[in-house]
Amino acid sequence: MRIVILPKENLAEFIGHLRSFGELHAPTKRGEKSLVFAPVSDLSEIELNYTRTILPLKKYFFKATDVMFNFCAEKGYELPVEEADKKYVIFGVHPCEIHGLKILDLVFGGKYVDTYYFARRSKVAIIGLDCIPDDLCFCRSTGTDFVDTGFDLFLSDIGDSYLVRVGTSLGDDMVRAADSLFRQVKKEDREAYKRNSVQRRDSFQAEIQLQDLPGIMDLEYESHVWEEVGEKCLSCGICSMVCPTCYCYSVFDELSLDGNTGQRKRIWDSCLFKDYALVAGGHNFRAQRSSRVKNRYFHKQRGFVSQYGRPSCVGCGRCKAYCPAGIDIVEVISKLRSEIRV
Amino acid sequence: MSNHCSGVRPENPYLPHPARIIRTLPQIPDHQLFQIRFEKEQMAESFTYRPGQFVMLSVIGTGEAPFSISSSPTRPGNIELCVRRIGHVTDALFRLRPNALVGVRGPYGNGFPIEKLEGNNLLLVAGGLGMAPLRSLLWYALDNRSKFNNVTLMYGAKNPDDMLFKYELLNLIDRADVKCLLTVDTDESGIWKAHVGVVTTLFGHAEIDPSNTYAAICGPEIMFKFVLNELLKRNFPKDRILMSLERNMQCGVGKCGHCMVGYKYTCLDGPIFTYWDAINLPEMI
Ligand SMILES: Cc1cc2nc3c(=O)[nH]c(=O)nc-3n(C[C@H](O)[C@H](O)[C@H](O)COP(=O)(O)OP(=O)(O)OC[C@H]3O[C@@H](n4cnc5c(N)ncnc54)[C@H](O)[C@@H]3O)c2cc1C
Ligand code: SF4
Ligand code: SF4
Ligand code: FES
Repeated sequence: MRIVILPKENLAEFIGHLRSFGELHAPTKRGEKSLVFAPVSDLSEIELNYTRTILPLKKYFFKATDVMFNFCAEKGYELPVEEADKKYVIFGVHPCEIHGLKILDLVFGGKYVDTYYFARRSKVAIIGLDCIPDDLCFCRSTGTDFVDTGFDLFLSDIGDSYLVRVGTSLGDDMVRAADSLFRQVKKEDREAYKRNSVQRRDSFQAEIQLQDLPGIMDLEYESHVWEEVGEKCLSCGICSMVCPTCYCYSVFDELSLDGNTGQRKRIWDSCLFKDYALVAGGHNFRAQRSSRVKNRYFHKQRGFVSQYGRPSCVGCGRCKAYCPAGIDIVEVISKLRSEIRV
Repeated sequence: MSNHCSGVRPENPYLPHPARIIRTLPQIPDHQLFQIRFEKEQMAESFTYRPGQFVMLSVIGTGEAPFSISSSPTRPGNIELCVRRIGHVTDALFRLRPNALVGVRGPYGNGFPIEKLEGNNLLLVAGGLGMAPLRSLLWYALDNRSKFNNVTLMYGAKNPDDMLFKYELLNLIDRADVKCLLTVDTDESGIWKAHVGVVTTLFGHAEIDPSNTYAAICGPEIMFKFVLNELLKRNFPKDRILMSLERNMQCGVGKCGHCMVGYKYTCLDGPIFTYWDAINLPEMI
């Protein structure tokens, strides 16, 4: 992999260059404490030392509500007019987010390809940035604290510069377009990168044990832990909305006032919502809150492993950070493993 | 991410293809058989499927829902869906008249494992609307009669007026190449000529060899449990008992998450599962 060095004093100028590759989006402040990915015009608007945004990057590719088709009584369903071929550059993407996208790639790809998702994916360049974990991050446990693919460029802070890994030919173009801002990697850079790597590793506070977890999940299928968590859960679905890998949606037809035309849309859904597994006739396969909470964990840590060969949690800590009932995934899993007495 | 740029634009898997209702055949109260044909003649002729697969049917302006294909791929051209009126989409569907435009995509799901079934006896046990997917398998087997051993159908309805495909099935009773056992729970009219009693009573009228038979059961949960009991009593292998599952389905192609049971998608890995699968998947029955 091509690796170069970007001195920090050149970052602002490089960001300026990036704008010629597409509309620039980056983590930026929304209110006192909240951060979101949104359009930015220069470095001053970008939060470089952030931990997590409210919504993950999925919002760009798999929209909270999305028009799938236009329909009319005479012609049936037709694809909406394509969005103009606009390009985007998303700057400041953490490793767990990139893993989140790689998981969504698995889900939306396969035998049936979700064309909405991949059409947007191909228009967006990803500039990664590494980060220092807070007390909620456990991406080290989920193996998502590092990425070697899934980005065009990836920046790691090594003190007074960034070490920049070039992931794609587009990333290479970005570096070449601003060639004079970069320099070669020196021995001190390599040493600094490795020092930071140790420091980052040591700063993780939260941990879960994923190894053999699918087996434990099967074993503890009837565990009282699910009831306990079900008691607390409000079925608000926030954990699904903020999760980088939750992808459930529902579909509905919206008729215009003329009664003849309209749009088929899809909207983010959550398996925590009461009517999620309801079928016509009124039977609900998961009427109990405990069974819905269990399903969420079971799917991520057990079901996904058998379907796609890896768990679908990237350890970003959002579900705990935003859960109004304070449900903590790390604690739930430790309880299941009986590593915490209850 | 640029590595997802690809030259070929894949087909949108959610796009319903225009199709027309050719004929609507009322069956029993609130149940109709819809004959449907794709608008594009080439598609109408080439569309093929396995018994047990389903399509997503769109009623324009109302929405989309999954329905088992009730016709057999041995009779290409039109597809037939046997639909129970139960809600939003099906209400709107029942208001449509012949020649109305609808949207259809599919076929989806695994369908019955035909290759495995061939060369064996088939025992089809249906209750109520469970006849819809089994009818496809029944006609598939009858149209490929030499590929199967004995074919037995057991079908139960509440009363004679509640039996789907009644005349079609009554006509099979006299056929020598299929054992068609029809029963009703009660017959107030007194003119019903076939059996009376719940479907499990039919087991007394058929000889079933568990060593070379596949059983396919479709129907209400309660019936399923009783039939299962009968089969297990006869030491029927658990992986030769097939069933079709119904779940909430929003996409039909493994994306929306709704149809998940345990760790399988009903729409991709199912809707046909074996009883062995069921034992091993939490939440299945
Ligand atoms: C594989 C498969 C095969 C099937 N085959 C057949 C068949 O051959 N014939 C047949 O008649 N049926 C069949 N069904 C069932 C059929 O799909 C449903 O009856 C159909 O979805 C009903 O749609 P509806 O809009 O009329 O009903 P509605 O009750 O309006 O349901 C519409 C959808 O919304 C959900 N829903 C229901 N109530 C609510 C609520 N209060 N809030 C939110 N959501 C709700 C339901 O789960 C349903 O998916 C099959 C189902 C599956 C999965
Ligand atoms: S965010 Fe918390 S309370 Fe809301 S559905 Fe998720 S677990 Fe339940
Ligand atoms: S389950 Fe929670 S910690 Fe895991 S990826 Fe989703 S939001 Fe992040
Ligand atoms: S119906 Fe959407 S995943 Fe199966």
